[in-house]
Amino acid sequence: MLEADLLVLGAGPAGMAAARTAADAGLSVLLLDEQARPGGQIYRDVGNVPEDRAQILGSDYTKGRVLAEALDHPMIRHLTGTTIWQIEAGPRVSFTRDGAASTAKAKRLLIATGALERPMPVPGWTLPGVMTAGAAQILLKQSGLMCERAVLAGSGPLLYLIAAQMCRAGTPPLALVETQTFADRQAALRHLTGALRGWRLLAKGLGLLAEIRKAGVPRYTGASAIAIEGKVQAETISFTSGGKRHNLECATVLLHHGVVPNTQAARSIDVPHHWNEVQQCFVPEKDGWGRTQLPDVFIAGDGAGIGGAKAAQLQGRLAALEIACDLGKTTPADRDRNAAPLNRQLETELAARPFIDKAYPAFREALLPADDTIVCRCEEVTAGDIRRYAGLGCLGPNQTKAFGRPGMGPCQGRYCGLTVTNLLADESGRSQDDTGYYRIRPPLKPVTLGELAAMKDLETDEQEPVT
Amino acid sequence: MKTASPFRELETDVPRVRVRFAGKDLMLRDGGNLAAELLAAGVLSFRQTPVSGAERGPFCMMGACFDCLVEIDGVTRQACMSEVTAGMDIGMPGTEGDGDA
Repeated sequence: MLEADLLVLGAGPAGMAAARTAADAGLSVLLLDEQARPGGQIYRDVGNVPEDRAQILGSDYTKGRVLAEALDHPMIRHLTGTTIWQIEAGPRVSFTRDGAASTAKAKRLLIATGALERPMPVPGWTLPGVMTAGAAQILLKQSGLMCERAVLAGSGPLLYLIAAQMCRAGTPPLALVETQTFADRQAALRHLTGALRGWRLLAKGLGLLAEIRKAGVPRYTGASAIAIEGKVQAETISFTSGGKRHNLECATVLLHHGVVPNTQAARSIDVPHHWNEVQQCFVPEKDGWGRTQLPDVFIAGDGAGIGGAKAAQLQGRLAALEIACDLGKTTPADRDRNAAPLNRQLETELAARPFIDKAYPAFREALLPADDTIVCRCEEVTAGDIRRYAGLGCLGPNQTKAFGRPGMGPCQGRYCGLTVTNLLADESGRSQDDTGYYRIRPPLKPVTLGELAAMKDLETDEQEPVT
Repeated sequence: MKTASPFRELETDVPRVRVRFAGKDLMLRDGGNLAAELLAAGVLSFRQTPVSGAERGPFCMMGACFDCLVEIDGVTRQACMSEVTAGMDIGMPGTEGDGDA
């Protein structure tokens, strides 16, 4: 079995930063990640992106190179293309790599599995040609692919970022259909003073908006009743804005109304979570170092609550400092001295968050969709179905599975879990905390019998190749 | 089967290999992300759902939604988590001649 002082799950900003900080403190680090190259989604393929793409993506993206390069350290072993399917006490993880299953064990585990797009169930969101804005970003970063005749729908800074990048690439979107309202902006202004400490972030947002305006991309705000239509693929998007119904022909639709923590790994080992009303999602319970109620398990980055790439990096470093102290590699005094500047930066980094959360709230219609809208993409269960289950006395997401299989398809509830919780909570009048979430069980990702049968010990097998 | 794709490739001068998708030959970028390369080749529908038979294609591109499932040499895989290799035989799950997704 592979063994290390620290096992890190996920090679995004939090995982990469934590791995290097821990290695510098003298810990052996095993970094497991599903992708072929480090970066996570935000810095996807940052190490080998051609110059033309780097220009389009901008310096916020290319600065991730520093983190990826820092993984080149004798104490860090980075296993790429590694799919984790089980986490157990130990902490021990089981994974698949190169068609064979394997296990690894460590003294501490850091979960740095990042965020998922907040599900945006609107009519037609399952049609081919409809993707998340994050998907469009990944297509650009990894494959140099631009979406043509695209409409961007939803709200939030990522929508402006991808729109600006599309303008730079000479493929501006047809339109931005924005769901935030004038009232949201007024509510956000109350947080502006606090946000000014994070002025760099706000200035960036204004810069992006200027680029979009210059390219002449129409913006519709306060949009509601969004629906995507098409016979087989997306062909039109319709919505109401400014008191008028609009109908735009398009080839692709990119949806986004914020990101939410990917809690699958943490939930699978029963880390307690609670509802965050402002960010409208569940977040794991942890202390300032990222330590969960399981003393040898830490969480850092967006998986612990949405803060963005820079905050993720800082949280990764903080967790690594505490873990190094735990394992006797540094003294509490040294830990605190090193942590102080990181905590100051983290505070600045998060200062603009309340403003952004209020200015670009989740799209209400997609939190509680209309009856005929599909919420569980895998099993094609609609919002009306969930409401009907609630009417029959179904109180929690686990019970809905017995009624109609939501959350039981291959995505295991990743893109319906929050919607199902919200719908049940709304119907019963109970809180999201009382309503709860799906119970997440292994395997976290599918594993084939062939992969299990080929189970191997990476530690010994790499010295003496087994045929 | 190079159809008009709503996806534009920034770099077109790249080495390509022949793969089969749903019985048709396609020339895709060698080593590229399979989901992205199929989109670039004008393939937007990757499978039909086992529930209603509706067509689906990539949605999240990060291995979370499982909507880009395809059958690669007989095994169901996420296209967005797979790399293009020469001679791949890719089937559309849910259609005739392929297993259940």
